[in-house]
Amino acid sequence: MIDEGLLGAHRSVQKLAYACAEEVGASLEVGVTEREAARRMRQWLEARGVDDWFHLPFAWFGERTAFEGLSSPLDFFPSDKKLARGMPFILDCAPVKNGVAADIGFTSALGPCPVIDKMKDDLLAHRSLIVDLVNQGVDLARVYAAVDALAEKQGYRNRHSKYPLGVLAHKVELTKKAPRRTLLGFGLPSLRSLGESVIHGVRTRTSPFWSGGAMSRHPATPGLWAVEPHLGFHGYGAKFEELLVVSEAGARWLDDDLPHTRGRVTSRASEVAA
Amino acid sequence: MSTTTARGSKAKSVVTELPRSTVGPVFERRVRGDGVSLAITERGRHGAPTVLLVHGYPDSQAVWEKVARKLAERYHVVTYDVRGAGRSEAPTEKNGYSLAHLSRDLRAVIEAVSPGKPVHLVGHDWGSIHSWESVTDPSFEPLLASFTSISGPCLDHVGEKLRSTFGAHAELGPALRQASKSWYVFAFHLPLLAPFAWRAGLAKAIPALLGRSEGVPPNEERETTRARDGLNGIALYRENIFQRVLSPRARKTRVPVQMIAPEGDDYVSPWLSADIDAQVPNVHRRVVRGGHWIPLSQPERVARWVDEMVTHVEKGESNPAFARLRGTGKRRKLVLVTGGASGIGRETCFTFAKQGHDIVIADRDSEGAERTRDLCERLGVRATAYTVDVSDERSMTTFAETSLANDGVPDVLVLNAGIGMAGTFFDTSVADWKRVLGVNVWGIIFGARLFGQAMKDRGEGGHVIVTASAAAYTPGKTLSAYATSKSTALMLAECLRAELAEEGIGVSAICPGIIDTPITRNSSFLGADSATEAAQREAAQRLYRLRGVGPHVVAEAIVRAVEENTPVVPVTVEAHVLRFLSRFAPDVLRKAGSMSLSSKLTKSEKV
Repeated sequence: MIDEGLLGAHRSVQKLAYACAEEVGASLEVGVTEREAARRMRQWLEARGVDDWFHLPFAWFGERTAFEGLSSPLDFFPSDKKLARGMPFILDCAPVKNGVAADIGFTSALGPCPVIDKMKDDLLAHRSLIVDLVNQGVDLARVYAAVDALAEKQGYRNRHSKYPLGVLAHKVELTKKAPRRTLLGFGLPSLRSLGESVIHGVRTRTSPFWSGGAMSRHPATPGLWAVEPHLGFHGYGAKFEELLVVSEAGARWLDDDLPHTRGRVTSRASEVAA
Repeated sequence: MSTTTARGSKAKSVVTELPRSTVGPVFERRVRGDGVSLAITERGRHGAPTVLLVHGYPDSQAVWEKVARKLAERYHVVTYDVRGAGRSEAPTEKNGYSLAHLSRDLRAVIEAVSPGKPVHLVGHDWGSIHSWESVTDPSFEPLLASFTSISGPCLDHVGEKLRSTFGAHAELGPALRQASKSWYVFAFHLPLLAPFAWRAGLAKAIPALLGRSEGVPPNEERETTRARDGLNGIALYRENIFQRVLSPRARKTRVPVQMIAPEGDDYVSPWLSADIDAQVPNVHRRVVRGGHWIPLSQPERVARWVDEMVTHVEKGESNPAFARLRGTGKRRKLVLVTGGASGIGRETCFTFAKQGHDIVIADRDSEGAERTRDLCERLGVRATAYTVDVSDERSMTTFAETSLANDGVPDVLVLNAGIGMAGTFFDTSVADWKRVLGVNVWGIIFGARLFGQAMKDRGEGGHVIVTASAAAYTPGKTLSAYATSKSTALMLAECLRAELAEEGIGVSAICPGIIDTPITRNSSFLGADSATEAAQREAAQRLYRLRGVGPHVVAEAIVRAVEENTPVVPVTVEAHVLRFLSRFAPDVLRKAGSMSLSSKLTKSEKV
């Protein structure tokens, strides 16, 4: 069981991370680079008490939001790509504050962008679909396939398959206070705890990574899952990433009051998937 | 050389009923131009907008005869012989053929035939070149409602273009090709040569030249003044070309302009009319099939194009087809895709939309088609969705009538709608056959009949894509009906290609191979109970997913096929291998085809 106090702590770090993405997102201007955007997020969060990272902030602009033209894993890191009017952007960060982690993804565009508006609406159908299926105890590989099918029905390509191990989600464990050290942008303590989960997973035939493959042919294990459906569409990419709480009682999103859920038309998954 | 009329005759109207006219009286009169008397012909509807047609070199107003007659059904149509040509006087002073003189003649004609009301100017060849001088003169703006330029660029624009080209070396190829087409311009500057040629009887060769290169039948009337037109007009070249091209002035205009650029023009390449949006902000450009003398070879079409321009300006509205011609950059096309609600069809819509082309989507699945339409529009193009059963003649006919009227004639027709069906010949019922042939074969036949005909009639070329399959050349016992339908589609494409080549319409058959699309999820697996069918379907899906090639790969191949006019396009590696085997080792394929692929798959997947 996860105690409510701890969930509250996660919720407030998640809110902090989204506030950072919203504020830094609003500050982006024509010509700013991905590197600069990532740096602003880092400074913003560190000024507000963030002392460690599950991973350092990422920023993707333009067709890089759809992971187009990315060949090596190093291409995912913030680049010198400059923002232009009408361009989509994604800000992604995973701060740890007092040992409590969040991992968020925020999509927007500089100026009006009808494609991104539509994709963000459509992501909400994935949000409902995922929590519904996990609640029904459907195994994770099948949820992954259902997300794929919905994306295809909507006219998009699944882009989370481009993440390391092609995961739709990964577990977020509590991290102990440890010296701040990162390896390729990922916090060492977080990597260690993920590593421990993998070892645990091997014994229990479960995985802390949620993919479409054989290792995910099991229902969600209790704990916190950072779920990040990522859709791609001809030079445009959109995602959200937030924590899903899985317990014996069922699954629910940690927080329903987030930038991408506020004021958006919530189309139910069942309507689109029908 | 003889000048038939006296100088200084008063401008007076003479009503003459000419036997060649079929649309009412033709008025001939003379107007005093800039020191010369010009022969003018008026016809058509009084009170209607005036269309003024200006001929080129070495022609007279007779070149417009058929175009003028057609336009006279709706407009007040005026033609005249420019100075030195036809029955107009020739100037005697030095520099009498400079653009300034020609421009003053034009002003006199406009003021005489349409006082106080701007005219729609149309120029061909030199008639267009010298009209540009007036169109880019701000004092002319109140006199001009629009300008349609056929095969005659603004010499100043050409000069600027050459400067930037030779400065940047970027477009040297097109520039040199144009220079090679302009050999006669240089020849006309040589002393004695051109005048001698005209005197020695070059005029007699013109009808044969027009017949051979443009398919234009000879016409006595057009030839009566040809020798004089040819000889006098040499001065047009000598007094203007190098002067303007070598020291171009910045010439802009706000007058709405339509550029008509025939692809097969032996003298003026379409390159000359491209990328002049900066000088002419309100411009539409139409690259058409045909040669230099399209007013003679395609008078009906020229009249229609002029009519579209006049309608656009007079009524302030334009049909979507005309709107797509806006600008002189890359051509904006209309792409029609059947089966555009999912899979390869949908990705094809998106890929063309992303390149800025307008889209028409046809599909049985109205919800999916609507979603494709919405996303295409969000990419910034015009898109329309229709609910259509491609296997139903009436449904297709209604669709074609509506879409052709509202969206225009497609430039690219993608006949892609298809259904999958797995099963042996004896597992396939008559109803199954009718269903698969209805969509996969009749859908293509109806589409090609209805839209292909419209593309042919329009005469502006285009491309037809037929989505066949690698199954088209892969015999086997498990895809009997599907493979048969697809090989029919492939042969249909090949036959259409042969037939449409002379219309400038390319045809490609696309043979994708194993692509992960909804067609596998929606395929029928015949000869099995529903549980086995579900298992087979899932196995096939898994194989297709494992192959990992998405429909966007096929969509990109389709875009390339249109650009390169490839006859048959195998997309994936296996499609290429199968095609190779079908041609060079068909027995290998036959042997493999006699094995039961789908049951093996199911078994192996169950393990």
